[in-house]
Amino acid sequence: MTTINSVAASAYAPSASGQNSAGISAEANFANSEVKDSQESGRSQKDLKIVNAPPTDHDAALRFITCGSVDDGKSTLIGRLLVDTKAVLQDHLAGVQRQGETDLALLTDGLSAEREQGITIDVAYRYFATEARKFIIGDAPGHEQYTRNMVTAASQADAAVVLVDATKLDWQSALPTLLPQTRRHSLLVHLLRVPSLVFAVNKLDAVADPALAFTHISAALAAFAKEAGITVRATVPISALKGWNVVDGRAGWCDYIGPSLLHILEQLPNTAPETDLPLAFPVQWVEKFSNSSDTTQGRRAFWGRIAAGLAQPGAEVQVFPSGQRARVAQVLDRTRQPGDVAAGQSAGVVLDREIDISRGDWILATAPPIQSDPQGDDFDAPEPASPWPAQTLLSCTITWLDEQPLVAGRVYQLLHGHRWVKARVQRIVHGLDIHTLAEHPASELAPNAIGHVELQLQSPLPVAPYARSRQLGAMILVDTASNRTAGAVLLR
Amino acid sequence: MNARIDTITLSQLSNRHLDALEEETIYLLREVAAAFERPTLLFSGGKDSLVMLRCAEKAFGAGRIPYPLLMIDTGHNFPEVTAFRDLRAKELGAELIVRSVEDSMARGTVRLAHPGEPRNVHQSVTLLEAIEEFRFDALIGGARRDEEKARAKERIFSHRDSFGQWQPKDQRPELWTLFNTRLAAGEHFRVFPISNWTELDVWQYIEREQIALPSLYYSHRRQVVDRRGMLVPVTPLTPPRDGEQVQERDVRFRTLGDVTCTCPVASLAATAADIVIETLAADMSERGATRMDDQTSEASMEKRKKDGYF
Repeated sequence: MTTINSVAASAYAPSASGQNSAGISAEANFANSEVKDSQESGRSQKDLKIVNAPPTDHDAALRFITCGSVDDGKSTLIGRLLVDTKAVLQDHLAGVQRQGETDLALLTDGLSAEREQGITIDVAYRYFATEARKFIIGDAPGHEQYTRNMVTAASQADAAVVLVDATKLDWQSALPTLLPQTRRHSLLVHLLRVPSLVFAVNKLDAVADPALAFTHISAALAAFAKEAGITVRATVPISALKGWNVVDGRAGWCDYIGPSLLHILEQLPNTAPETDLPLAFPVQWVEKFSNSSDTTQGRRAFWGRIAAGLAQPGAEVQVFPSGQRARVAQVLDRTRQPGDVAAGQSAGVVLDREIDISRGDWILATAPPIQSDPQGDDFDAPEPASPWPAQTLLSCTITWLDEQPLVAGRVYQLLHGHRWVKARVQRIVHGLDIHTLAEHPASELAPNAIGHVELQLQSPLPVAPYARSRQLGAMILVDTASNRTAGAVLLR
Repeated sequence: MNARIDTITLSQLSNRHLDALEEETIYLLREVAAAFERPTLLFSGGKDSLVMLRCAEKAFGAGRIPYPLLMIDTGHNFPEVTAFRDLRAKELGAELIVRSVEDSMARGTVRLAHPGEPRNVHQSVTLLEAIEEFRFDALIGGARRDEEKARAKERIFSHRDSFGQWQPKDQRPELWTLFNTRLAAGEHFRVFPISNWTELDVWQYIEREQIALPSLYYSHRRQVVDRRGMLVPVTPLTPPRDGEQVQERDVRFRTLGDVTCTCPVASLAATAADIVIETLAADMSERGATRMDDQTSEASMEKRKKDGYF
């Protein structure tokens, strides 16, 4: 259906500027073939009745979130995606008819409190599919007071669509000032390392000169993204209300030559598993082979999802925290079949000797042997360091989720993999302005605030910077009194 | 049926995405086994719970599911489903705990407004009594987020207070796959390992794995009355009303619950493969087409969940 191999290398751009917001030059021929492609695709055939066809060329659904302020049309956009992909069934559609008009926003705000207030409170998950792919939308609220819910949705997302409301900007200016929410949402998405970000400039049907508006707003988005170091996959003009460029393309509108938002989403990559790192395996569940008479290979299997690297029979491993070493005797996949298992997959690991291992421990790669210097002596050679050195003092970026503020000196429970340790807030280095990520002094972190914090752990953990590993660099803090999930922790 | 759909054969449908769903479900089933002291798996004999059981067999090995199965019996079950439930539990060597709404009625903890009232809503009382009796700290359920709009908002690990209540405005954030399973005394979790599956995924999985289901899921002839577009089954509990014409139709159930509020749909689908094709073409949701109790008000599911319903 499509010939795109790499979205990163492709250019979805307003033809007027010849540049997309990431500053990548547009390739006109490529872009033109896209339009032809989308017109010939099944989606534009109105008689197509496949409501939720399963995917044909992607293994897992694309999880994406939609970001935007209240009234930017986020719920309308999601409603449009669901209705135009025929994912909304008749009984649900009937539930959102008001005086004969369909209110798309009502499709997503499911809770009675949300309908009362006309806003979205918590993340909802929506499902739809095209012939090319299945999708899960994490529908996160736009209100600043619900930043925690956006962080929740973003932590699992493969992509984010940041909605920009054209009617709220001074689009006649060559470089319009963006709304704080656009900056805030983009920076949060960037902070959480959501792999793909797409800007959707909405409500262009409601401005006098949509082509000029899109060109100017795209330029402002590109300038902001460059300044913040954010890679943008695409910038697309849409009208969620009219359904233009959302599912069905509208060739040439706003001088935009490129695929619709849905077509862009169909091409985005899933989050890559961290297979190129040394093995890190958090032990989730220990299975005792009580009935097994075979004692040669140990009598327990350790199950869990591989955080990083690859588990292979024969590999030497070390157990954290005991430090004991062993070799992998056997690896089982999630369904108990023998094989090699890589990051992102559940596995069972059997070791070649009996070692005391519990839930919460880690099975880690051993460091490669250090090459000894043939000219010198080996007396001063250091002990081989672990590829995942354990740390007790963590420098973190924390998004605070709880109503009770984070205060220096308090002790929380921290979860890393399946391991719980106590963590004391050593100091709040500074707070971050959630609109700009600029630093400022702070004595506490209020709900929805972000800051740099030093945590002192009761016992060390094998961690890695979040920028290097989303699996080893992510933790949560839990209030010891209320058991509430209080902080999202990203290791710096 | 649409001509386009007729041209799709099952061999053209990709099943590979089912591996990712199965992976997630197995991971969650193991997490419950490891993180809680007294978990249980709610097992009705319905298709969703049978899909979960297949994943549990893979997660723990055949015959080694490390938690008991729990059924809350309304006394309004289709006998085919109850029989299938008992057979399947026996085959798996699993412990099956059945607690019934009628026992709660005998104790006086459930009082019906009138004898024929649907008992679905009263299951909550019996469920909470069972939780207290066995001190369960995690109850695994087969609910899916695509079923209903309140479900779409619920976390995979859904915290419940000592009254079993769900607080939609005060849910624990669920970040990455780091699940905060800490509990205070008297509280518990409801856990939904197939949250991210859709009705179609479930049927594709049943077809791929050749999972046996109660016969009522497949086309059979049944006496029904057409009541406001729904095919209400004629049973001793749901007799025809005055003036209603009893018809014999080819039907199947998309969902199986309390006899008094579950309706079949007209269908000739005799295999899981047929149902996959039919689900692709469906223009009504599973609940909209079949459940009378969800239509009383816009927020009926939300309200019932706040009261401790699954």
